[in-house]
Amino acid sequence: MVMGDLVREVDVAVVGGGPGGYSAAFRCAELGLETVVVDAGRRLGGACLWEGCIPSKALLHVSAVLGEVERAKEFGVDFGEPRIALDALRKWKAERVVGKLARGLAGVAKAKGVEIVGGRGVFEDSRALRVEGDEPQKIRFKHAVVATGSAPSPLPGAALASDRVMDSTGALELSDLPERLLVIGGGYIGLELGQVYTALGSKVTLVEMTDGLLPGVDRDLVQPLARHCEKLFVKIRLGTKVTSLHEQGSQIEARFGEGDTVAFDRVLVAVGRRPVSAELGLETTRVRPDAHGFVAVDERCRTADPRIWAVGDVTGEPMLAHRAMRQGKVAAEAIAGRPAAFDTVVVPAVVFTDPEVAWCGLTESQALREGRPVRIAKFQWAASGRAATLGRSDGLTKLIADADTGRVLGVGIVGPGAGELIAEGALAVEAALTAEDLAATIHTHPTLSETLMEAAETLLRPT
Amino acid sequence: MPRPFVLPDLGEGLTEAEIVKVLVQEGDRVQEDAPLLEVETDKATVEIPSPVTGRVAKIHVQPGQTVKVGAVLVTFDEEAGRGGAASLGTTLARSAPPADHTTSATQRAPAATAAAATRGSGPVAATPATRRLARELGVDIHTVRGTGHGGRVSDDDVRAAAGGRPPASAQPAAQPVAPERPATRKPLAPVGAESALPRFEQWGAVERQPLSHLRRTIAERMTLSATLVPHVTHFDRADITELDAIIRRNVEPARQRGVTLTLTSFLLKAAALALREHPQFNASLDPAAGELILKRYCHLGVAVATDRGLIVPVIRDVDKKPLIELQGELAALAQRVRDGKATLEDLRGGTFTVTNIGALGGTGAVPIINYPEVAILGAARAREEPVVLDGRIVPRVLLPLSLTFDHRVADGADGARFAAAIVRRLERPEQLLLEW
Repeated sequence: MVMGDLVREVDVAVVGGGPGGYSAAFRCAELGLETVVVDAGRRLGGACLWEGCIPSKALLHVSAVLGEVERAKEFGVDFGEPRIALDALRKWKAERVVGKLARGLAGVAKAKGVEIVGGRGVFEDSRALRVEGDEPQKIRFKHAVVATGSAPSPLPGAALASDRVMDSTGALELSDLPERLLVIGGGYIGLELGQVYTALGSKVTLVEMTDGLLPGVDRDLVQPLARHCEKLFVKIRLGTKVTSLHEQGSQIEARFGEGDTVAFDRVLVAVGRRPVSAELGLETTRVRPDAHGFVAVDERCRTADPRIWAVGDVTGEPMLAHRAMRQGKVAAEAIAGRPAAFDTVVVPAVVFTDPEVAWCGLTESQALREGRPVRIAKFQWAASGRAATLGRSDGLTKLIADADTGRVLGVGIVGPGAGELIAEGALAVEAALTAEDLAATIHTHPTLSETLMEAAETLLRPT
Repeated sequence: MPRPFVLPDLGEGLTEAEIVKVLVQEGDRVQEDAPLLEVETDKATVEIPSPVTGRVAKIHVQPGQTVKVGAVLVTFDEEAGRGGAASLGTTLARSAPPADHTTSATQRAPAATAAAATRGSGPVAATPATRRLARELGVDIHTVRGTGHGGRVSDDDVRAAAGGRPPASAQPAAQPVAPERPATRKPLAPVGAESALPRFEQWGAVERQPLSHLRRTIAERMTLSATLVPHVTHFDRADITELDAIIRRNVEPARQRGVTLTLTSFLLKAAALALREHPQFNASLDPAAGELILKRYCHLGVAVATDRGLIVPVIRDVDKKPLIELQGELAALAQRVRDGKATLEDLRGGTFTVTNIGALGGTGAVPIINYPEVAILGAARAREEPVVLDGRIVPRVLLPLSLTFDHRVADGADGARFAAAIVRRLERPEQLLLEW
């Protein structure tokens, strides 16, 4: 028997070992279903652990420490110039952070009896997968979960194959520190990595095609971040398109619109991510990705093919790991016949920059656009005791509440720690709490969480 | 072209059904008349066949969900040229409401009605756990009116919408013992109003299980009969020593004809023949008209215990059928009921009910009348007992019987005479012979 002839039968085959895939697999296993994960790298964690959320947050922590050291001069504490050992930093990121978490996930998989098969999973029909690569075999499944995630989009119209042009994956490898870095894209990836490279010593120029950073986010939440970035970066060029990239010796020349050309040592392309749904053999099933490559799913995460489910980035925006994880659990329970549904009201989003920006639920601009009757409360951190003790009064906490019932429909926060604070906002919206509920809950003093309570209180006062 | 298929009119005033099984998957190709779904009504589990040949584009219902007649069950992508509107017959005659919300579950409770007020103004005001409960109970949470602060939908609101049960927490938890106050004149709670339940959680862990459709139906019908009908029960015993011997002697010959002979068929026959002499027990009362409706047919219900609950299928014209045929029909019917395959016809039109609880032991039971019938015969286990006969103690096989009847229709003396007529036929099988 040749390896390729090996056919195994499982209840559930999960294609892709990222957060959506492993969450689905773990829950399936807990529910007594025999489950395998097919992953090209024969590992769990996906882009999130290996080349996304986790390594970028490790580097952003370093960048935050460096930022605090710089700010400490205001309090009369001077550490002198920091010295950065790039090798040690890379090692810490790879072994103590990513490696440790990866070992943890592998341990959980083993404990739950989820097997990980190395190779690329290709559908042969609605019942079978062919695994190509390290461990070629055929897997017959009762149900499959497509959790193939997303990959960085190339720069439209100006893509250049060069070591000096990186995507987010390459940038996180930190192979060297360019003196001059061009970041293309003013979304969360460009801003986060731009700040990392700035903290490590690069001179960063950022270009954004639209007329503001973080398109789609309420402007008052973006403003403190934009002001800080203006100080950190050499230049921020809004409403600017990079029309061409040319390699000239050891540098890259970038042309902005129809105008000037500027030279950089490296370029980071961070213009978004696109779903991975091609070359999966989906055409042999009833699954038909749309024009953008997204796979449509219903409330239970089922695709047009009754045996095939999909979770995570491949199913659409927002492409966030925590959404994928919830979807993974829903799909698993639905497969097991439970009445699960992805009826989630909010998928909170966080930009882990300095300052952090986080929001969930209805935004102010969306409420305005839709003409929803809402009341909006804003609490400036200038009035927060805790913010003053941190030397950070540039934050803002904002609540969007239903005008009639006072129900909290959306929360937005900018400031250090916003990414942690938003959890309370997400709970409030998801559990349908009212501003009064938030205002009447004692929040520890002095903390930044008080700003949520304070904002809620302003809604209780008569207008 | 997408074609919605709605829950057809099931007849006899049935307005809703619980989805037991969905037998197809979205995307499946089905032939006309192939089974689509299994639904359970107040009366039976019924397979709903596909009205067309085509592809199942969308399934709008889930097992456990209760749907109203007219609610969209399935949307078909119809095969070109096959089965036009006419083939859907009456099922499409009542115009199908839009597919999205009509598939939603029960709307029995008043709390479940004012949907428009809450819909459309953002997400449902309920916690994720409450939304999960709604899915489990088959309630469309969008149709539940929240009674909480800011219109929040609570677990109790969802349960009320699912079963019309009053919220369990209507009463404060532990009531402090108040000093005794002078008694005040206060009317008793009206009949039928259920008092709020205490919070059982205060004494230990509890688990809440939703009632199945069948259980709910039984509960409602038993409550109706027990509160509406003045029940009276007459007890008797039949000496079936001879009948028992006849049955034993004929077990093998009957088996050769494919029939397992049981006492129940003799009970049915005896009751049917006695009903001829006592037609007021083969009747229904019409209190509004002030009339007793005597039925000139004799269709007897037989209580059958299934793992889902009690079901009473009906055998037609028991008085006219040969015993061996009766026995065969009884076995087939009981099997259909246990398999959940009984049709509505199997379950309707009964005039009198026999329940034989002998198999499970006991010395007697007082069943509740299967309203709107007016009487029910209960039989317990027949046992060999010492009996004084002609001054000697002899072993005889005795069958304890109870006749429960509607006292509005007959009196104790009538019941005694009717019971005696049944007993006589069981004790002297040769009389059965002459009548059969």
